[in-house]
Amino acid sequence: MPRWIVSVSVAAVALAAAVTVAAWPAQAAYTTVDAQIAGASTDDPALLDARLYLPKSGGKHPAVLLAHGFGGTKDSVAQDAKDLADRGYAVLTWTARGFGRSTGHIHLDAPKYEVADASLLLDWLAQRPEVELDASGDPRVGVVGGSYGGGLALLLAGQDKRVDAIVPMITWNDLSTSLFPGGVFKQAWAGVFFTNGINGGAGFGNTLAGASATPALPSDEPAVPPVEPSVGPTPQPSSSGGTVRQRVDPTCGRWSADMCQAYLRIATTGVLDDATRALLDERSPKAYLSRITAPTLLVQGEADTLFPLSEADANARGITDAPVRVAWFTGGHDGGNGPQSDQDRVKYLMLQWLDHYVKKTGADPGTSFTYSRVTGLDAVERGRLATGYSVTAYPGLGGQTTTAVTLTGRARQIANPPHGRPAGLTSLPGVGVSAGLLGNFATDMPGQFARFSTQPLKDGAAIVGSPTVSIKVASATGDATVFVKLYDVAPNGIATLTNGLLAPLRLADLPATLDQAQPISVQLPAIVTQVDAGHRLWVVVATADQAYLGPVQPQTYLVDLGSPTLTLPAVGGEPIVTPDALWIWVLVAVVALLLIAVVTAVAVARVRAKRKDRAVVQEYAETPLHVEGLRKTYGSFVAVDRVDFTVERGQVVGLLGPNGSGKTTSLRALMGLTRATAGDVFIFGHRLAPGAPVLSRIGCLVEGPGFLPHLSGERNLRAYWRATGRPWADAYFDEALAIAGLGDAIHRRVKTYSHGMKQRLAVAQAMLGRPELLVLDEPTDGLDPPQIAEMRRVLQRYAVDGRAVLVSSHLLAEVEQTCTHAVVLHKGRVVASGRVDEIVGDTPTTTFEVSDVDLAQKALDRLPGVSGYAVDGARTLVVDLGDVPRSDAVGALVRAGVGVDRVAPRRRLEDAFLALVGESTAGSGDR
Amino acid sequence: MTVDIAGAAAGYRPGRTHTVLSEWRRQWRRRRTQGALAFMVVLPLILLVAFEIGEDDDDGGGGGGRGQFSQLVDVATAGGLNFALFTLFVSSSFLLVVVVALFCGDTVASEASWGSLRYLLAIPVPRARLLGVKLVVALGYCALAMLLLVGTALLAGTMRYGWHPLQSGLAADIAPGPGLVRLLSVTGYLGLSLLVVAGLAFLLSTLTDAPLGAVGGAVLLFIVSSILDQITALGGIRNFLPTHYAQAYLGLLTTPVQVDDAIKGAISALVYAAVFWGAAWLRFLRKDVTS
Repeated sequence: MPRWIVSVSVAAVALAAAVTVAAWPAQAAYTTVDAQIAGASTDDPALLDARLYLPKSGGKHPAVLLAHGFGGTKDSVAQDAKDLADRGYAVLTWTARGFGRSTGHIHLDAPKYEVADASLLLDWLAQRPEVELDASGDPRVGVVGGSYGGGLALLLAGQDKRVDAIVPMITWNDLSTSLFPGGVFKQAWAGVFFTNGINGGAGFGNTLAGASATPALPSDEPAVPPVEPSVGPTPQPSSSGGTVRQRVDPTCGRWSADMCQAYLRIATTGVLDDATRALLDERSPKAYLSRITAPTLLVQGEADTLFPLSEADANARGITDAPVRVAWFTGGHDGGNGPQSDQDRVKYLMLQWLDHYVKKTGADPGTSFTYSRVTGLDAVERGRLATGYSVTAYPGLGGQTTTAVTLTGRARQIANPPHGRPAGLTSLPGVGVSAGLLGNFATDMPGQFARFSTQPLKDGAAIVGSPTVSIKVASATGDATVFVKLYDVAPNGIATLTNGLLAPLRLADLPATLDQAQPISVQLPAIVTQVDAGHRLWVVVATADQAYLGPVQPQTYLVDLGSPTLTLPAVGGEPIVTPDALWIWVLVAVVALLLIAVVTAVAVARVRAKRKDRAVVQEYAETPLHVEGLRKTYGSFVAVDRVDFTVERGQVVGLLGPNGSGKTTSLRALMGLTRATAGDVFIFGHRLAPGAPVLSRIGCLVEGPGFLPHLSGERNLRAYWRATGRPWADAYFDEALAIAGLGDAIHRRVKTYSHGMKQRLAVAQAMLGRPELLVLDEPTDGLDPPQIAEMRRVLQRYAVDGRAVLVSSHLLAEVEQTCTHAVVLHKGRVVASGRVDEIVGDTPTTTFEVSDVDLAQKALDRLPGVSGYAVDGARTLVVDLGDVPRSDAVGALVRAGVGVDRVAPRRRLEDAFLALVGESTAGSGDR
Repeated sequence: MTVDIAGAAAGYRPGRTHTVLSEWRRQWRRRRTQGALAFMVVLPLILLVAFEIGEDDDDGGGGGGRGQFSQLVDVATAGGLNFALFTLFVSSSFLLVVVVALFCGDTVASEASWGSLRYLLAIPVPRARLLGVKLVVALGYCALAMLLLVGTALLAGTMRYGWHPLQSGLAADIAPGPGLVRLLSVTGYLGLSLLVVAGLAFLLSTLTDAPLGAVGGAVLLFIVSSILDQITALGGIRNFLPTHYAQAYLGLLTTPVQVDDAIKGAISALVYAAVFWGAAWLRFLRKDVTS
């Protein structure tokens, strides 16, 4: 009993330890320093809330300036900062002015404000003792940021030469082009951003790789009262937390006055005026790219309607004085961080870049171009799966090769609804992490669009880059605003607009009829997608879109194809092998190991089996059964203490004993069902072990019949014999069936048999194959008297021709009549064994039932030769007759005038038995 | 009676006792075997009838997603291959688990409960061989049940809906020929992932006399593991749960084929099955048979 407790406890402790180790939070390998750093002191002074993450190891570390995205704070990038600190960088995160706890107003990365703040941060870093320096005042630093922070990185690199490397992500090149693509105002996104800045709130939560899905939520950072531009001393941030909002101007919030006015202008008119353009140009890297000498890793999102892939392309082309590397991934402002493989790839690229250019360790990452495509759904994590591809050089938006497909369609007249409503819905800002939403719900309003279609593409097409198409537009008023979209249409009719991207166009100086219209080449937004075989492509020209601000007046245009060719760029990228590819080898190894284990186990078993069976003890080679010193204990309970007996050929041996004396336990050990604790059993000289082949020479019935209830009796016997694998002829089926004596019932299911029938069938099963040793446990259990008599005859007939029978029974009379030898067990020990006659004793005793006991006694006294007698009850005498024949005794009694009712031989074995085991009625197993 | 060199009776050879064929026939006649296999055939027909009845109310498949995986329901009537895939999909979560647990959990325990196990061992059938044969036959019946299910669904679906490309709603349509290969590979993967259940059911079968205890125990493990798998707070521990990769076969339906999760699932299933079966052998070879 204690053994299983021990093993279970060990297993439980091991499991608990494993779970604890897996779940234990990893120790942080960094410390943090909080600081309030003064921003650029201009007409809008700001105090920046900053936090520096330092690796725990001592010495000097290279630094990273980690900027957050729009609407975030220094906490938005805390996780990335910790990861970088773990890698040995000193990471400075801060909340940009106008957000969170930093004071000041939002200037949207203006050179004199946010970018100047960042320069001051570099100064601050240079003064830290833990930061490695290139020269006095010049820290070894890289700048990393996404979206708003990415723009900052580019602008800072252009303005401050101390920056050693930058990783701008999902950011812009030219705000004018981003907010007014094709001249049409991107109203939805602009509105979202502007509102986000009103309370400086948490909006687009900012891990490095991109924006989160949820649109702007009210901030739970404490708001700071807006500072009037004319106030003198540097304001202190509000001391304690709390979500009480103090006076916040509802129109402009924390925006600076000039940006606020600019937004209100463009949002009202939908036109980019010169003043606003000047403001936006000042805040766009476009003008400063040529000045950048820091190596630049540009990461851009494919699912991004705010800053599409063309922005990164423009940045890449503009930076001429530094190594540039471009990477695309499937996330973005609309796609979030993308699937795990993309997150891993972006992180890896960033670390590789920083390690080489900032930390100066690690190999040159090169300038190869990587991109990825969504290739399916992760069934386990319920996310998307993307495959990454790699090419040696960045091909730009035109791809390495192009395919041309033919469009067909006729000219159509399309109408622009007043105020641009109702309009097709292609995307919502920031929404789209759920794959089903983005690209699948694009709708077009009837009458508002013209559609041109290709034939089903036989082999499909891969598109990596910007497709181009040519259209012609005619308008009565001379100008038009159209939106050109490329749909991937499945055979079942479902049209997908990849990532919700489209190309808006504001056209002017248009003729009134199509004949005079010049073809206009349209560059559609860059996408990465695989068009499957059998799909077709639609080019749709629509008049309104909910994400953009179109003309207010209702108008109609005429639209047609300028040329029937749709050009699709493609790149022959090599798929990037992810670490997951290693698992196939693990699988191969596991399978190989298992096969080896199985084969080894089988081989070892064979070898062991061969070695065991050779030993034959010659002494007992002809003895069917020889048990020596058999002992069986279950824990502390001794079932069989010490048993020795022998069964010779031609004997019918009875195994006797009270309940619990160890009979059945011994028989189970004989059958190889249980292992003896000590002692040996020899069957025809072979030492017995469970499964020893010599067991095939034994037939047995132990602890009752065991049949398949759904089969008939005959089928059961046949199934049993089939399981032995021995030839049918050896079974002596007919003999066995005759012994069972079931008649027609042999064809009925065993389920319907009575106990006696099953018992007879079980005896028949034991006799199948005429085994040389028959071991039967209570064979007459449940049988009628005539059947018992028959069984007796069967057993006696069986023990001829060198066979032997071992019968265990309670019925002493039966044993006396059936068996030649007997073995008596009591409390697990043999208390007597030998011929039945010997156990019983020589002297025959007889029971007389008489009418007058006293008279009978006197008569017997007078009879010479009677050894003794005892009175047993009122009318019974038990007489030990000695040499006197029974008939003489009867005669003597009758002559004496005693009436004799019955004369029967005393149940002699019962006497001997009771004498041997004691009269106690408690079972001998109750010890 | 002549005797051979190992002391065994004439004609006895350990390698010939209790062959796979004899065990197969032994199990074949049981009502539960025939019932389970018959149900595998009947279920697709029931589903077919259900779709017939339900089709009048619906507007049929397509039409954007309630979610990628429910799209399998929408495209179930798109063709024979889709119907078979849908049948597999609905039965993979519980029905097949019960069937596998039934075949593997019932096999040794029922012999013990009838009392015939001791007679088999006394023939003597070597214990390891007995377990091996029983396991092979049990797995054979499991495979037969799955093939009947898929085969009937494929046949019935093709006759009713036609032989069309395999749509998965997750990615492109797959041509019928490769689609059939995908379907078979999905079936194969499902079978592999159910080895965990087979393993535990078989182990419990060697430990207990009550067949339903073994079957129920294995099903219970599956359910508990599925419940724990839903708790995302467990984080990385979930990867070690036996049912974590149970749905990875969906990755076999995309273009290109996603095998990463399927491979991890195969490894997990094989390791669990090996551990359970190893324990079953170790226990059974050493234990005292008291039933």
